[in-house]
Amino acid sequence: MIRALDAGLARGPHRRRISRLHLLLLPMVVIMIYPLLWLVGSSLKPADSVFSGSLLPRSFEWNNYSRGWNAVDLSFGKFFVNSIVLCTVAVIGNLISCSMAGYAFGQLRFRFKKVLFAIMLGSIMLPSNATLIPQYLLFNQLNWTGTILPLVAPKFLAVDAFFIFLVVQFVRSLPAELFEAAVMDGASPLRIYWTIVLPLIKPALVTTAIFTFIWVWNDFFTQLIYLTSPDQYTVPLGLRLFLDATGGSQYGPMFAMATLALIPVTVVFVIFQRFIVEGVVTTGIKG
Amino acid sequence: MGQAVMARLGNRSAGVRRIFQPGRPSRTPTSSTPYGFSGLLFLSPWLLGLLLLTTGPVLAALALSFTRYDLFGSPEYVGLQNYRTMLGDARLLSALRVTVVYVFLSVPLNLVFALAVAVALNRRIGGLVWYRALFYLPSLLGGSAAIAILWRQVFGRDGLFNAALALFGVTGQSWIANPGTSLYTLILLHVWQFGSPMVIFLAGLKQVPRELYEAASLDGATGLEQFRNVTLPLITPVILFNLVLQIISSFQSFTPAYVVSGGTGGPVDSTLFYTLYIYQEGFEHFRMGYASALSWVLLLIIAVVTSLVFATSKRWVHYS
Repeated sequence: MIRALDAGLARGPHRRRISRLHLLLLPMVVIMIYPLLWLVGSSLKPADSVFSGSLLPRSFEWNNYSRGWNAVDLSFGKFFVNSIVLCTVAVIGNLISCSMAGYAFGQLRFRFKKVLFAIMLGSIMLPSNATLIPQYLLFNQLNWTGTILPLVAPKFLAVDAFFIFLVVQFVRSLPAELFEAAVMDGASPLRIYWTIVLPLIKPALVTTAIFTFIWVWNDFFTQLIYLTSPDQYTVPLGLRLFLDATGGSQYGPMFAMATLALIPVTVVFVIFQRFIVEGVVTTGIKG
Repeated sequence: MGQAVMARLGNRSAGVRRIFQPGRPSRTPTSSTPYGFSGLLFLSPWLLGLLLLTTGPVLAALALSFTRYDLFGSPEYVGLQNYRTMLGDARLLSALRVTVVYVFLSVPLNLVFALAVAVALNRRIGGLVWYRALFYLPSLLGGSAAIAILWRQVFGRDGLFNAALALFGVTGQSWIANPGTSLYTLILLHVWQFGSPMVIFLAGLKQVPRELYEAASLDGATGLEQFRNVTLPLITPVILFNLVLQIISSFQSFTPAYVVSGGTGGPVDSTLFYTLYIYQEGFEHFRMGYASALSWVLLLIIAVVTSLVFATSKRWVHYS
């Protein structure tokens, strides 16, 4: 990173103004990122020195990880598997349902389209609390509580309208001649969707997949409500279980598990940074 | 939220979109496909979701808010009883106070940081991408339970924050356990996540024509004057967009308060977010009718606040 900064510095025309900029921004970045580094560092500290402000542990206590992993009756391995399964199914659901709806809004003609489109945009802004209780009662009636169905079924019904909007944007930007030619060739809407739309909106699909993964991985509220037995617990629920079981006293192992919980989203961010930033820009998705 | 508000939000965000992508033709879809069932066929999953999981539940919640319902048996009609109970509910009052303080402090602070840093980063210098990435990362992680656990320890008695204070010879306290300060640690957590509005601001800033700055500096305008007279007016639509987004999401904040307080909203209800109170009433005390009434009131509050923002926006948002 430092090298990149230096390169920027050396090339820049107003060298002094730029170094003043770094003088302003660098401390800010350090203060913001320090808690994260402290978390990682503390996850390796022995119990008696967890609460020093330093980043580097005096001695590396790798034990914290194995102790945290097995601290509650079920291992964190189980929680990770549950989270990964949940995220995978949710991503598949959103990819299918949101690309279908996005194609319909972006390219097809049907009755009440304008009204429905306005409702779709409006539903992005609808607070989830407004639907919470009746949704719970519905899923409870279906005997779905205690399974992952209440968490994934909505994804197959395109409830995350952000992604519909994202796909619509992409579909509308495709050249009209493409669709006209396909229609002339007698292609059905299904065929157009499958062979033209899906391959061409890949960036939108990647963004959808990334954000669905991040949101579902970070989600706590719905998982708390619907997942009732510990063998279905996901990583955030496992962390809560850990916190309740130890009263937050086993700091090293707790930090170790919190660190592991943050790794997937961080890795996804590092790999897909470009898609993520573009996704935020085109739809105003909250990170 | 009212239909009118929704429709306007839709229009506004479309406006912001146009700002971001001026080169993209805002073309209505082609008429290459005739009216038919295929459109509704592709839309059917969404339509089903809309009926079963969105509009249906919103209306059902309204109906439930006039009942007493504990999950066993069937809902019993009680008229306006739930709403009358709310008027004398002391915990609801603290939940409202906590939530209002949280929203009205954390949203403006968050946006000020986001805009300031975005302006600083809006230069064509290679290394700045790194800053953008690092400033953005907390907003991806910040909503998670793991970060809430971290926050609990950072502001605990033996935490990182006090370790930093000790460098200046100040002996700290547990900022989490003190009802006078616990809420402010959560506000700080929200401000820490200024990365996503920052990225949106950056995109808006990139659309401001460079010639305007050149013209302004030829006229002898200082950096601050350029910001006030060129940048600020031109990105007011983006400010409105971020403001509405932030208000809606921060009214619904839940995870940090739940994890930091262990689900209680304590100490002494000082972190009892409105959503946490809904959760406690609905899913700990199984008062589904009362929880529905609470959630409808929250919906109205959010709708009123966003409408007020839109009403004032005519005065301060400029569309070129």
